[in-house]
Amino acid sequence: MFFCSVELTVYTLVLLATTSIIGTVVLQNGSPQQYVTLYGNGFYNLIKVLKLDDMYHAWWFLFLLLLLCINIIVCSIERLSLTWKTIFPKKVGFNPDRFRTLKNKEIFTTNKEFKTLASEFQAILSKRVGPVLYEETSKGCVMYAEKGRWTRMGVYVVHASIILLVLGALIGAVFGFKGDLRLDEGAKADTLFTTKSRTSIQLPFAIQCNEFEVRFYDTGAPEEFRSNLTIIENGKESFTQDIRVNHPLRYKGINIFQSSYGTAAPDNALFEILDNTTQKSITIRLKVGEKAQLPRDAGIFEFEGFLPNFKFREHNLGEAFFGKVTLKGKEGFQIPLPTKFPTFDKMRKGQFTFVVKDFEQRYYTGLQVTKDPGIWYVYAGFILMILGCWITFFISHQCYFIEIEKTDQKTTSVLVSGKANRNSYGMTLKIKKFVTLLKDK
Amino acid sequence: MSMNSSLILSSTTFIYALATVFYIGSFPFKKQILAKAGFWVIVIGLIGNTTGILLRWVESYQMGYGHAPFSNMYESLVFFSWTLAVLYIFVEIKYKESSIGVFVSPLIFLAIAYASFDPNMSSKISPLIPALKSNWLIAHVISCFLGYAGFALAFGFSFIYFFKPKDPKSTSVFARLPSWEMIDELTYQMIVFGFLFLTIGIITGAVWANSAWGKYWSWDPKETWSLITWFVYAIFLHLRMMRGWHGTRLALVSIVGFLAVLFTYFGVNYLLSGLHSYG
Repeated sequence: MFFCSVELTVYTLVLLATTSIIGTVVLQNGSPQQYVTLYGNGFYNLIKVLKLDDMYHAWWFLFLLLLLCINIIVCSIERLSLTWKTIFPKKVGFNPDRFRTLKNKEIFTTNKEFKTLASEFQAILSKRVGPVLYEETSKGCVMYAEKGRWTRMGVYVVHASIILLVLGALIGAVFGFKGDLRLDEGAKADTLFTTKSRTSIQLPFAIQCNEFEVRFYDTGAPEEFRSNLTIIENGKESFTQDIRVNHPLRYKGINIFQSSYGTAAPDNALFEILDNTTQKSITIRLKVGEKAQLPRDAGIFEFEGFLPNFKFREHNLGEAFFGKVTLKGKEGFQIPLPTKFPTFDKMRKGQFTFVVKDFEQRYYTGLQVTKDPGIWYVYAGFILMILGCWITFFISHQCYFIEIEKTDQKTTSVLVSGKANRNSYGMTLKIKKFVTLLKDK
Repeated sequence: MSMNSSLILSSTTFIYALATVFYIGSFPFKKQILAKAGFWVIVIGLIGNTTGILLRWVESYQMGYGHAPFSNMYESLVFFSWTLAVLYIFVEIKYKESSIGVFVSPLIFLAIAYASFDPNMSSKISPLIPALKSNWLIAHVISCFLGYAGFALAFGFSFIYFFKPKDPKSTSVFARLPSWEMIDELTYQMIVFGFLFLTIGIITGAVWANSAWGKYWSWDPKETWSLITWFVYAIFLHLRMMRGWHGTRLALVSIVGFLAVLFTYFGVNYLLSGLHSYG
């Protein structure tokens, strides 16, 4: 049957592995312009048709994943119905002839009497392995014990875990969301826009950012970002908590992560205005949009706004304030006041020189807000996958066989062998160890 | 301050180089004793390697950063050598085949030599960026590198298929390499070991990503390439167990798998961009 073949599994895995490379080489989720500049118009059309700009969500990639899932499910059902009787047999039996011819068999002779030997070995076998099956033969006896028959289920656990992972991802994609929220210090919000489709989502509570703090190492690299958030429900403050990178806030199925930060526009600043004719200066604190009289009634200065990155002749001068100077009877003009370069306005050589003396540094915090009801399926899948791999690869169904024969002399001959469904070399080593144990007895 | 651990680790490079010379030398001279000596030299190298890593850990605390030495390419290569050496010593003790060291010791040496001698490789101890400050760092790095080590050993052993003469009476210098049967078993054991730990590595990474960025999987190049590697070894396992593939055909799949490991490890960092730029 087509869906139950290992060929299909292998071909699907090969296709998944090779096509996955595309998304790591071709730019993902870029704008049309970016694609045209990078690859040209012809390739852009191909990229659009095959959805290579969002390859891992393209119809054909999802189809491959679906195919793999169907393959796993059909194969598992088919095989499990065949091996169920092997895994849960009504009665465990064994065929002595098969064990007598195994490659890993070890034979030794001993002076001990047959009967004591048989009971001793039976005790060891039942202690080390499991319940012993005992049969008398014409020359002596055979005994058999096994363990780990259940480990044959391991591979089904691994395959089930993959289905759980895909199911969890699907639930997350349908019922979950992921969005970014930018909050200035002091601001609050209860709606956000999803990263992908930019649709708005109403949260069951509002998030308020009380404070944002960033600490740096002496190397200049960031050490820690921290936001102090308050959750507000029905207009009442519910609780306040700090979040850091790797330490999100999880509440009512919604997760809030610290993802970025930046400088928010300060709402007021202290300006120094130097009158270059009299060499006298005044200082004045203004809010955005406020105006001040210039000395000697020479005109008006207005605090217009703030830019986190001010570009001047291709150079980024960083944070800058903007003001509008309107001298009496003249047209107003705009002046930039970059905070890192206090003498910047001096170079203008105007009648007045403006300097920003002080302002309150304010940040905004960049939060990522997510909801993923599928996460528990995914985590269950993770646990099952690790357990299943462990069982499948490292524990096996092991069968031990001992035959004791009375020989012509007064000695007894012993044959020990065993088989396992995996790791045959490991079984050979186990038989060797088991033989030394039996000889020591 | 960080001089001490760097000095020990570059000395370790020379010790591993010596072990490689012994293992290779044991072939043309047909002297088993040389391979035995190679084993003990690797053990000495491992002691140096371990000391270097622990000292670096202590030094990071003395510098006030206080983090496990798993935060950049230099540290990861040194740790890769360590996992390779540990796994190889375990295999040689368990399987009692010292001739196979010739295919592994060069890898142990190359990883740490790359860390010690590439002029672009910074051995400076630097502080951790916020995203890396997590208890998942240690679990994630250890499991990924145990996985890589398993695949690297399987890769080394796969070459035995191409060297070992088929004729049992052959007098070639490679005649004393272990039998195909043994190599088949060894390669398989290394791959299932690698597969289990790569799986744990990917999963710990996903759980960590979910607590750092709120998404357990984002198709970042490192993630995607680790998944590609996982697919290749899943193909290996299905071919071996369900289709009965053996010998050189299967050895080629193991070699392709290790190329995917190498790309996941180095290629992604140097050729592609993403969340995982630190190592």
